[in-house]
Formats: sequence, structure tokens, C-alpha cells
Amino acid sequence: MTTPVINVAPLPRFAFHHRSVLWWATMGLIAIEGTMFALVIVSYLYIKGRNPHWAPGFFPPRLRWGTLNTVILLASCVPNQFAKKAAEKLDLPGVQVWMVVCMVFATAFNVVRIFEFRNLNVWWDSNAYGSVVWTLLGFHTTHIVTDFLDSLVLTVLMFIGPLEEKRFVDVSENAMYWYFVVLTWLPIYALIYFAPRVA
Amino acid sequence: MTSPHLEPHLLEAERRQLELTWGRRPGLFGWLADTNHKSLGLRFIFTAFFFFFLAGLLAAAMRIQLAVPNNTFLSADLYNQFFTIHGTTMMFLFGVPVMLGMGIYLVPLEVGARAIAFPRLCAFGYWMFLFGGLFLYTMFALNVGPDVGWFSYPPLAGPEYGYGKRADVWAQLITFSELSSLVVAICIGVTFLKMRAPGMSLNRVPLFSWAMLVVSVMIIFAMPAVMISSTCLIMDRLVSTHFYNQAEGGDPILWQHLFWFFGHPEVYIIFLPGVGMISPIITTFARRPVHGYLVMVLSQIATAFIGFGVWVHHMFATGLPQLGQSFFSASSMMIVVPTALQLFCWIATLWTGRLHFKPPLLYILGFFFIFVIGGLTGVMMASVPLDLQIHDTFFIVAHFHYVLIGGAVFPLLGGLYYWYPKMFGRMLNDTVGTIGFWVLFIGFNMTFFPMHILGLMGMPRRIYTYPPELGWGGLNMLATLGAGLIAVSLTLYLINILVSLRSGRVAGPNPWAASTLEWSTSSPPPPYNYEPGPTVSGHEPLWEGPPDQPVVVGLATHKREVLITHVLDAEPDHVTEFPTDSVWPFWTAIATTIFFIGSIFTPWAVIYGAIPVFVTMVAWFWPRKGLSPGELRRRIERGEHTPLEQVL
Repeated sequence: MTTPVINVAPLPRFAFHHRSVLWWATMGLIAIEGTMFALVIVSYLYIKGRNPHWAPGFFPPRLRWGTLNTVILLASCVPNQFAKKAAEKLDLPGVQVWMVVCMVFATAFNVVRIFEFRNLNVWWDSNAYGSVVWTLLGFHTTHIVTDFLDSLVLTVLMFIGPLEEKRFVDVSENAMYWYFVVLTWLPIYALIYFAPRVA
Repeated sequence: MTSPHLEPHLLEAERRQLELTWGRRPGLFGWLADTNHKSLGLRFIFTAFFFFFLAGLLAAAMRIQLAVPNNTFLSADLYNQFFTIHGTTMMFLFGVPVMLGMGIYLVPLEVGARAIAFPRLCAFGYWMFLFGGLFLYTMFALNVGPDVGWFSYPPLAGPEYGYGKRADVWAQLITFSELSSLVVAICIGVTFLKMRAPGMSLNRVPLFSWAMLVVSVMIIFAMPAVMISSTCLIMDRLVSTHFYNQAEGGDPILWQHLFWFFGHPEVYIIFLPGVGMISPIITTFARRPVHGYLVMVLSQIATAFIGFGVWVHHMFATGLPQLGQSFFSASSMMIVVPTALQLFCWIATLWTGRLHFKPPLLYILGFFFIFVIGGLTGVMMASVPLDLQIHDTFFIVAHFHYVLIGGAVFPLLGGLYYWYPKMFGRMLNDTVGTIGFWVLFIGFNMTFFPMHILGLMGMPRRIYTYPPELGWGGLNMLATLGAGLIAVSLTLYLINILVSLRSGRVAGPNPWAASTLEWSTSSPPPPYNYEPGPTVSGHEPLWEGPPDQPVVVGLATHKREVLITHVLDAEPDHVTEFPTDSVWPFWTAIATTIFFIGSIFTPWAVIYGAIPVFVTMVAWFWPRKGLSPGELRRRIERGEHTPLEQVL
């Protein structure tokens, strides 16, 4: 008797989206980081609930820079989407162009972030309100800085190689993480800038 | 169809080539660079037991101190450090990592994969765990051991009372160990979901692997809470934030919420892998499939969900609103239901099976006795009025040792005994194993049962001594003598392991005539696990697989190719190439260690320390082979690429 076989040699050597292990790892990372964001937000609301006045003793942060950065972050989704779509067509020139555009946006929102910190109107050691506002903004800042750096490494790789077809999956998943970093900003923006105004 | 791949001489040649492709390079660097899941799993297990041994010594010293009233064997300050480091080690450096080590070793084998997903990340997880543990014990040796309890409550741990660096050492150890657990959770979870052998649909996955998936998901959602809270604690201490400072609008109770939102799921993170080991052992030694497979899986998932909704029962004494307490009281009682369902399924399996009382099964029967007692005292404490009476007494100490040693250590010792032949190719000595089990069983109950009574008599936790007229001396002496028996039995276990490495009976692939895939490959397995790759058509593939069960062929032998399958039904999807061994995860872990340790002394380490971390990570990720961008582009323009409809 002969043993039947399943020959996997003809199968493709990479695949996009949820077929790839990289997608699942990225989702796992998003779940971890998302939980962290959720818990810092919960801590903010908890401390807010412990204080009769909010923001206690300080003016709310100035709206200008935070709002500007929200616009830049949301706008960065456009080149991000083009880079993702180019990757999923194995279009190397397209990937190169759109990732460079993404890097321009990432530079912009990292620079504007400095002005956000300078306009919080409170220091981290002023009181618990200051502590949690700085932590919330600081925690998101570590994400935009690290996202900037890992996208930069990937962009450089796409220009100088060595490359294989499966690197396009890396670009596609990097774009997913980019969306995560942008979307988590929206509730944080609302909390930092508007919770002290409506309360 | 027949295949030339299965001609014996060709298969032999393929296996020799695979041995070279997947094997470890020689020398120290080969050892540091190793990313094989079996080496990493054993390193996790070995290192965790090393820390278990150290924490056991601390426990022995505490038992000696408490054996008689007014003892002066340990000073109050040393006693504080001892119980803190004992608890911290058992939870963070033994309980979680040893279970993850079992998962790293076994899950890829059980699902029929060549490797663990993201092997370099898994290696990084190991180094972070090792360096975190060494960091804790080095600081302890320098008299900077944490002394504020394994849950490190502010304000005692805050800047006002916790002077020096002791509380910072605790908080940063957490960062090390949770980072390690989180990355390993990703590796195990993705292996489970995407790398199962064809045919292993979700309703055919072995129950230990299911438990490890559930644990991975729990780690992903629980561990961030303690990372956040301990980071805030370090910031309170280092840069004067006020998270836990009541005077400036913070709240120490916030710490307790965040800590226990992690801390209770943590119990299940340690317990569920034990549950996962029980089912295969019972299956093998009762000679029948486990009763109620679906109930088992759903109970594990239900435990994970409910486990996130019980944390406040650790905080009944903090004066929270009564309505909230009632909710958590109810959920704490509810979590008994899925655990009881599993117990009933196991009893049904044992009842209808033909039992072989080998040591692994004895450890599982020991689990039944001890864990049920621990579970029942747990139900008692879910009741708020009773909890307030016994809060912070030795009753609690008795309860959680019954739950954790009964629920995790007994199954673990049974599991190690069961899988030892697979790991090392030799059998342990059953006589020594049986004697060791009974000594442990008696010693354990002698040590911890009296603590229930001591707690009811009013003896608080965390006191370094007590006056004779309180009448606690007799039971404490009994407990200390029991601890001596525990030490004897663990020494027997260790001797059995060491002696059997050389002189144990040769095991062969399947010494227990067990049913799951890992028993189909040689003991110990080759670096590539399987060739040809297995497929399955049921829960117990080695018992019920038809003689013409297909095998998987066609993976390259000169590079590390693995088969990726669909999540639900494990249909073959595509093939991906895994990276070679690399020493860069080790260097990244070194850089991260410098970053972590530096940042308890100066906030600037967060900036300077990040630079070497970035550099080593780039070196880790940068591909070593491939085409230049121009070449790739020309190939794609010529149409020489994988058709898009196959990859989207």
C-alpha cells in the first residue's frame, strides 16, 4: 500500500492579510497596545472621578496644536492607504513613493507633538491631573516615534534592498499598525483637550 | 497517488539535509543564537526551576523562622525581603515562565509544525526573562531586594515610605517578565492559529494546546495592566508624578484596581496550562479519549472571560460600594462552574477508563484532592463578610498555596514526568517517582493545611515572629516539618531526572502508547520535528488515524520552510520561510536590559538607552538575502512574480 501525500511545493511562498502570520502578530501587538491605551484612559477617567473640579487648578491645554496634529495624523492615512495598495499590487515604485510621503507626514506630526507638550499648561509633577495628561500624551508619543522609526527602516530597505516579494507583506502590515496609531489618537485627543473643557 | 518523496533512501537524504538546515551551529555563538523551540522551551523550564529552587530556599528560611515563637533566625527586614522575593519569584519567574516553556516546547509538536512562529522573538523572550531574574537576585544580594510584598501596594511602595531602590527593583522586574510573557504569547498564539497540520481543524486540537492558546490571549489582555501600573509607580518614585498620591488628587486604590485586573487573570494564566496537562495524562492512563472535549474547550474559554471580572474580590477590605462588591462576589462564585464542569468530565473519563497508576496519573489524582480543597476555600472567600474576617490571615496563604501548588505545580510535575521521555529520550524511574509523589502529597498537606487553622486562630500574614502565649507554635512547627518533606520529595524528583538522563530506560517514540502527534516523532525529536509532515483526521491521531493517512511533502530542505494553514480548518494555504538562527535577539535583550535598569536611576536612560535598542533591532530585522530593488522591479515587470490572485 502506498501512503497518499499532500504536496505543498506548488503553494505560494507568501500571502497577504489574515492569511499571513505577520498579520496575526500585528493584531496581537495591536491588542496589547490597545489594552495599554485603554487602561491609561481608564486611569485618566478614574483620577478625574476622584477630583471635584477638572482640570484641577490649571487652564485646559491650548487647542491649536492638538487640533492641527489631529488633522495631520488623519491626513497621513491617505498616503498610508496608497502605500498599502501599492504593496498589494507588488508595485515597488509605488511603495517607494508613498512611503516617502508617509515619512514626511510622520516627521510633521512628531514635530507638532513638541508644541503640544509645550501647550499643555501643566507639568507632570504639578498634580495627578498633570501626571495622567503627560502620561497619556507621552504614551501616544512613544507610539508615533517608534512607528516613525520602524517605517523609516522599512522605507530605506525598500530603496536599497535586499528585497523579496514577501517584503510587500511587511509594508501592508506596517500600514495596518499605522492606522492603529492614528485611530487611537482620536479618543486621546478628545480626553486631553475636551474633558477639561466640558467638565 | 504515490510520491518519490517517500522512497526510503530519498527520505533519509532529506532528513540529513534538514538536520543541517534546522540544526544549531556549533560553539558559544551557536548556543546564543539558537532559536529552536525545543531548546528555548527547555531553557525556559530549566531557568524557571532554577528560580523555583531559590524561592524554595527562601520559603524554607521563612518556615524555620516561624517554627517557634520569638525566633531570631531572620531579622524583620530580611523576612520582608524574603516573602516579597519568594512570592514575586513564584509568580513571575516560575509560575508563568515554566508554563510558557512547556507551551513553547509542546505546542509546535502537538500541532505538527516544524517550528514555533517568530522563533527569534521567542528567543528574545527567553533572554528578557533570564536577565530580569538575574537582575532581581543580584539586587537582592546587594541588599536592595524588594520588601513590600509581591503586589507592592502604594503608599508603602511609593516615594513616601518605600525609600531606596527596593520598590523600583520590583517594578522593573515586572517590566522584564511581562515583556517576555507578552512576546511568547504572540509566538504560541500564532503557532496555534496558523501552523497546524492539515486536517487539524479547531475541534481536533489537543487540549493542552487549546489551554496555551487561551493563556496566550489572557496574557495579551492582562499583562498590560501591570506594566502600566508599575511604570506609573516608577514615575511616582523617580519623576514625582502623583498617580497614587492622595494629597495631589491621585489615589492608591487605582494601583489596586490596575494590579488586580492583571493579578487575578494571572492566577488562571498559571492554572490553565496545568488544566491543559491533565487531559492528555488522563487520556493516556485511562486508555480512552477524554469525555466532553467540547465542554473542556468551552470551559477554558469561559474561565478566561470570567477571570477578567473577579478582580475586586481581592479588594473587599478597601471599602468599595456594596453593590459593586455584590457583583464581584457573584462572578467569583460563577467562575467555579466551568472549572467544576471540567472536573466532572475528568471524573467521567477516569470512571469509564482502564486506569494505569503511573506517577503522572498519581500527580493528577493529587491535584484533584488538593485543588478541590483550594477551590472550596476560594468559594468561601467570595463571600464578602467571611472575606473581611480572614483577609490578610494565614487562611489566605493556605488557600492560594492549595490552588496554585495543587492546580499548577502538581499537574506540572505530572506533565514533566509524562513528557520527560519525549524531551530526553529516556524513562524516569517509576518507583522513585511514586515514592516522591507520596512524600510530596503528605508534606504539602502537612505544611499548608495547618495554615487554615492558624488563619482562623487569627495569625496574620507577613509577620516575622509571634509571642508564645498566642498558642500558634505547635501548628507552625508542624508546617515547618511538612516543608522539610516537600524538600525531600523535590530532591527525589531532581535526582530521578538527573540519574535517568544517563541510565533511564530508552523510551522510543511513544513509550506511553499515547494518542497525540508529538508521540509520532522520535524522542527527543529532530530539530525539524517531522519529515514528512503529519496530517490528522481526529482528536487522537495515533489511536484512530486510518492506515492511509496522508503525509505532507514538498517543503524545501535547504531552507527553513514551514507550512501555513487556515485558522479554522487547517487547510494548507501557503509556505513561508522562517529566519535562520541569530545572535541579535540576545544583543537586543542586552540593550533592553541596560535600558530598563538605567531607567530606575535616571529618566534620561529612556532616551540614551533607546539608541542601542534601536540599533540592535535593526540588525536583527535587516534581511540578509534577496534581490536589489532594481532586480525585483524588473522581475515583476517581466511578469515573473507570484500571481496576485494566489496571495490576496
